[in-house]
Amino acid sequence: MIDMLTDPFMQRALLAALLVGVSAPVVGTYLVQRRLALLGDGIGHVALTGVALGWLVGAAMGLREDDVLAVPGAVVAAVAGSVLIEVVRRRGRTSGDLALAIMFYGGIAGGVLLIGLAGGTSGNLMQYLFGSISTVSGTDLVLTVVLSAVVLSVGIGLRAALFSVSHDEEFATASGLPVWALNIAVAVVAALTVTVAMRVVGLLLVSALMIVPVAVAQQLTHAFTRTMLTASVVGVVVCVTGLTITYWQNVSPGATIVVLAIAAYVVAVLARPLLTRRSPATDPHPDIPDDVEVATATGPGEKEVCA
Amino acid sequence: MLVTAEPVTREPTTGEPVIEVSGLHVRAGASHILRGIDLTVRGGEVVALLGANGSGKSTLVKTLVGVNPPSAGTVRVLGGSLPGSAGASVGSTRTNRSAVPWERVGYVPQRVGARSGVPSTAEEVVASGLLHGRRLRLPRGWRSEVRAALEQVDLADRAHDALHVLSGGQQQRVYIARALVRRPELLILDEPVAGVDRPSQEAFAATMRSLVDDGLTVLVVLHELGELTPLVTRAVVLRHGRVVHDGAPPAARGDHDAVGHLHVHPHDDEEQRRAPLAELEVQP
Repeated sequence: MIDMLTDPFMQRALLAALLVGVSAPVVGTYLVQRRLALLGDGIGHVALTGVALGWLVGAAMGLREDDVLAVPGAVVAAVAGSVLIEVVRRRGRTSGDLALAIMFYGGIAGGVLLIGLAGGTSGNLMQYLFGSISTVSGTDLVLTVVLSAVVLSVGIGLRAALFSVSHDEEFATASGLPVWALNIAVAVVAALTVTVAMRVVGLLLVSALMIVPVAVAQQLTHAFTRTMLTASVVGVVVCVTGLTITYWQNVSPGATIVVLAIAAYVVAVLARPLLTRRSPATDPHPDIPDDVEVATATGPGEKEVCA
Repeated sequence: MLVTAEPVTREPTTGEPVIEVSGLHVRAGASHILRGIDLTVRGGEVVALLGANGSGKSTLVKTLVGVNPPSAGTVRVLGGSLPGSAGASVGSTRTNRSAVPWERVGYVPQRVGARSGVPSTAEEVVASGLLHGRRLRLPRGWRSEVRAALEQVDLADRAHDALHVLSGGQQQRVYIARALVRRPELLILDEPVAGVDRPSQEAFAATMRSLVDDGLTVLVVLHELGELTPLVTRAVVLRHGRVVHDGAPPAARGDHDAVGHLHVHPHDDEEQRRAPLAELEVQP
């Protein structure tokens, strides 16, 4: 245990996992609320093109480490992709899921194509697709800290306004809220989260870390803020636990984390009947008078004139 | 104005114009939904907007609150103007819209099914009514304001219940509380009692009565006047996107809503709990 905590690689990895575990579910809560749970996947695929693009630019500039621009490339591509999908959603010409599907295909195809042009192989993309948290560098960590700070300050600081827009866009518009700016804020923050989580769980599993903790939290609470809070706790626990397991067992950290999250979901589903109060067998709405009198009712004058 | 048990004949008010619409056209794609609407609502009025499905009632209301952009004509709400020209870009829409003091307008949209993928409590939903263009974070003491609004719709005890476990009528009351929590001067409601059972309609009418007595101006889209009949000062009827009637409320059809109709309910104890309703129920 002490070994693990003094190993500088592991220290960086743990810090990255912690930050991702906190921030990904915060953004995921908004995505689930807007029924855009798959948006993270779409952004992840586009980010792959960004990784390859960064690689291509790095190779063209003759940089010594040709993947040094991969993460910045992913940030740019993910932000551009998420803003684009928000524009498409607003125009309403193409349905959201169709636009997402096109992003999926374009992102993967573009990534594989560009990495070939950069002189790499699709094998070079594997560490981005499935994560490589054990190789988190000092620069990666700084980027992760900065991006997580942005994600958390927007996601938590503007919680009330983002809730309003995600819950009922029509009402938010009628309140004079800057709906367009807030929608873009959610999209950009989702894109940043994807790139932050890329190193930890990989682009293919990024969305799981945003969505599954929210699914777990929903089993345990029915309030929005509490869902967000619970999801973050779940995210941190599965990320840190998963990473710790991979310190001793040679398995993929990203896959371990996601499997743990899904296991937590299954446990939560099974435990739910034990946790929730049993609803009373009697009238669930005692304050609402019955509208229709049924034949078994007794006493005079039960005829309802206005039913 | 005092709250009295006497049926009040509401005389037409001559307050300041709160809503001023002139020559309003709204197009959506190929369809021309509103074809030259002129409408003025003055302070203290309770105006019912009536008309068949597809007559443009909801479109008019959505245009008034800035959801649908007008294609032509001018719209002024509480002295601020919406952009009048077609094809206004997103950016200019926002800067022009800020001229309308949205924090003084309460809006209750037409009820649609569960909109949200994450459950939220009545308190959280009502709290979102405290936000507006210049306030993106909840103010200090928001909980007590939310509680007061929920009390107005008689749902204070359900504040921490998830919205989706409430009945349709209760959900509607939560959305009314969300509009009331900012203490609006103008309340715009789109079919607030559609699909709502009669006791909830009566509770709604009682809430509206006390708000109107406090000087609230109301524009309400309705299918039939129903329980709101005694409150409505003017009716505007739309047909195919034009105003075909603007004046006294039309007489209700059938005897159910007629003056002198006495409701007889078997739930005497419950009726007494809802004491304010007695004012509405008995009309000599």
